[in-house]
Amino acid sequence: MGLLDRLDNPYEIDGFFLGTVEDLLNWGRSKSDWYLSFGLACCAIEFMAINASHFDLMRFGSIPRATPRQADFIIISGTVTLKMADRIKKLYEQMSEPKYVMSMGSCSNSGGPYWEHGYHVLKGVDRIIPVDVYVPGCPPRPEAFFEGMIKLQNLINNQAIFRKRSSMSAEELAQLEERNQKQKEYMERAAIEYENYQETLKTGGMQNPDYNGKYTINLPKIRMIDHE
Amino acid sequence: MGQRKTIEIDYGAVDTDRMRLNMGPQHPSTHGVLRLEVELEGEIVTEVVPHIGYLHRCFEKTCEFMTYPQVIPYVDRLDYISSMNNEWPFVMGVEKLLGIQIPEKIEYIRVILAELNRIANHQIAVATFGMDSGAFTPFLYLFRDREMILDLFEKCSGGRLLYNYFWVGGLQHDIPPTFKEDCLAIIKKVRETNAEVNNLLIKNKIFIERITNIGILPADVAINFGCSGPVLRGSGVPYDLRKDEPYSIYDRFDFNVIVGEGAMGTLGDCWDRNIVRVNEMEESCKIIEQAIAQMPDEAVDVRALVPKRVKTPKGEIYCKTENPKGELGFYIVSDGSTQPYRMRTRATSFINLSVLPEISKGYMISDLIMILGSIDIVLGEVDR
Amino acid sequence: MNSNEIFDKLKSEFGDDIISLTEEKNYDPYITVKRKNIKQICLFLRDIDGLNFDYLVNLTGMDWGKELGVVYHLYSISLKHRIVLKVFLSKENPVIPSVERCWKSANWHEREAWDMFGIQFENHPNHIRILCPYDWEGHPLRKDYVEQETYHGMRVPV
Ligand code: SF4
Repeated sequence: MGLLDRLDNPYEIDGFFLGTVEDLLNWGRSKSDWYLSFGLACCAIEFMAINASHFDLMRFGSIPRATPRQADFIIISGTVTLKMADRIKKLYEQMSEPKYVMSMGSCSNSGGPYWEHGYHVLKGVDRIIPVDVYVPGCPPRPEAFFEGMIKLQNLINNQAIFRKRSSMSAEELAQLEERNQKQKEYMERAAIEYENYQETLKTGGMQNPDYNGKYTINLPKIRMIDHE
Repeated sequence: MGQRKTIEIDYGAVDTDRMRLNMGPQHPSTHGVLRLEVELEGEIVTEVVPHIGYLHRCFEKTCEFMTYPQVIPYVDRLDYISSMNNEWPFVMGVEKLLGIQIPEKIEYIRVILAELNRIANHQIAVATFGMDSGAFTPFLYLFRDREMILDLFEKCSGGRLLYNYFWVGGLQHDIPPTFKEDCLAIIKKVRETNAEVNNLLIKNKIFIERITNIGILPADVAINFGCSGPVLRGSGVPYDLRKDEPYSIYDRFDFNVIVGEGAMGTLGDCWDRNIVRVNEMEESCKIIEQAIAQMPDEAVDVRALVPKRVKTPKGEIYCKTENPKGELGFYIVSDGSTQPYRMRTRATSFINLSVLPEISKGYMISDLIMILGSIDIVLGEVDR
Repeated sequence: MNSNEIFDKLKSEFGDDIISLTEEKNYDPYITVKRKNIKQICLFLRDIDGLNFDYLVNLTGMDWGKELGVVYHLYSISLKHRIVLKVFLSKENPVIPSVERCWKSANWHEREAWDMFGIQFENHPNHIRILCPYDWEGHPLRKDYVEQETYHGMRVPV
């Protein structure tokens, strides 16, 4: 008997509903994961279709957010190039904890069709940020994406907030360990990068290669239509 | 309603600081990973510098390591919204090198699928363009219809987005038995929705006011920048490879080349570019109808002419078709082996995007989004 | 106008700069020219009545093994004819005048040719890389290209 069955005939049950605060929190979190609205390549088009009327991602409680600060998880949908990799790292860092990463498509899993000769393609986004769910396919079918979505919800559902390690099952423990390990690796890399950044600051700061400081602009005359 | 009057403001004399604003590469309305460095005077754009290459996937280098049939999936991933159209010029080029003559029925199938994909592409273009301006409902309507087209493609090729369906010398599989009925059903639905979207969005007064008289691209500038497709036709130049140099069997169909007329404002503004796409859907429907009527009924083995091993003679050819976004061409250099020596892509979006700095100066920053949306780029093709 | 007439017209105007016209099976007819006066040749092709090549379809950088090259595909929207120009450049000194003045679309094409092949274009207004990052090393589409090991701490090869 699920919760909803009881709600159908509220007058017949007298009693109460037992659960833990952890379950309640996790249930709330897993049913309202907001994602960062952001796409990279072909997979992003498929993701748009997932979002639109036919497949309707919003029934999972997922709403697109335009800023990483409000997002719970980020979907890496497409090929990550080396030029883009720095940006993705920055986006990930801007998200607030707890945060999850979903890698959509072969490209972000492992480089996909470009893994051998793509000199400018990062072979797997997990080289720069920790990934929680991998969705295979080129592009993944919407059904496959939903499978990944359910995996992510389960992951959130089973996460321990207050529970002690001693009361966890072996499976949960392994999952926790894996996630912690990934996070640790990421933090180590980030620390090294931060040191490098401090070094570059000492030697005059980073150069912005795009700016060559010699834009001369002749302002055009502007026509505006005024409604009185 | 009061009277309209036009004020000329000369900001040249005003002494204010300009702001450099960085837009992208993860901005929701840059249609992918495009980064624009915008210089602003107040809210008015004075300079736009596009930085591209955030999706540079080494297409041309990869092709040099692949045999010709292996290249086709990579070609799909250039303009991933209109994959069927992408495969065509490449396949046609290799067939020309090999001297293969394609059976008539296959040509008809290719025309129908390419035109269907053109409709799907324009649906996305119009939908996202509407969404940029704040209209969300047409997006849902158009994507609902696009699913019908994708379903048909899936029945043919097994893929929803990237098909690998046009093969050198034929097709991957035969068409499904319900092909004709499906096509007719799609056309009917497309026409219905177009009427709906026309009322809802295209002829909406708010929308018209929003996008007329911005991003004006005169015809000579468009030609000089090498634009093609709806961007060039929106400026009133009737350049369409299907009519000018009919490839395949396009000379058998009766259809119009849609050009912008400046009906709502100045010739070559955002509205013109958008209306070209909307009306082209109708023309594509016409072509599909004629093709279905003319298509021979007898069954044909679509893989009969597919060579076991594609080994092209020495040669260099430039092969092009009219894609939904414009002229897509492949310059194939063959050194007589099974792999191309060099594959140069004339990427439509790449060239169309280069006109953006020219046409967005002097407008508001919010107009910049509309101008970018009206060019209809796809970053996979820009960066290759 | 067919390619023979175009060739004759160019030959009478530029003489030695125009090397040959090639029409073979499996080849689009192309004219080989010397690099020195390429800009004048392009302006001539664009502006003279009867030629009117107002549309630069494509500009390709090439690595022919021993030498580099640039290929121009031209089209005339008003007269509907095509021609291909080919220029060969030495590997030691791949410099060629920019045709950005003739067709604005050459701007990005030439930046790409610089990015991918290291061909330098004289008098180009913005001669920087376009697709690869600005601090990338090497020119990837050359046949002898070797990938760099790392970029910003990320491994580049598999
Ligand atoms: S996995 Fe396939 S569909 Fe997805 S981005 Fe990569 S190439 Fe495109």
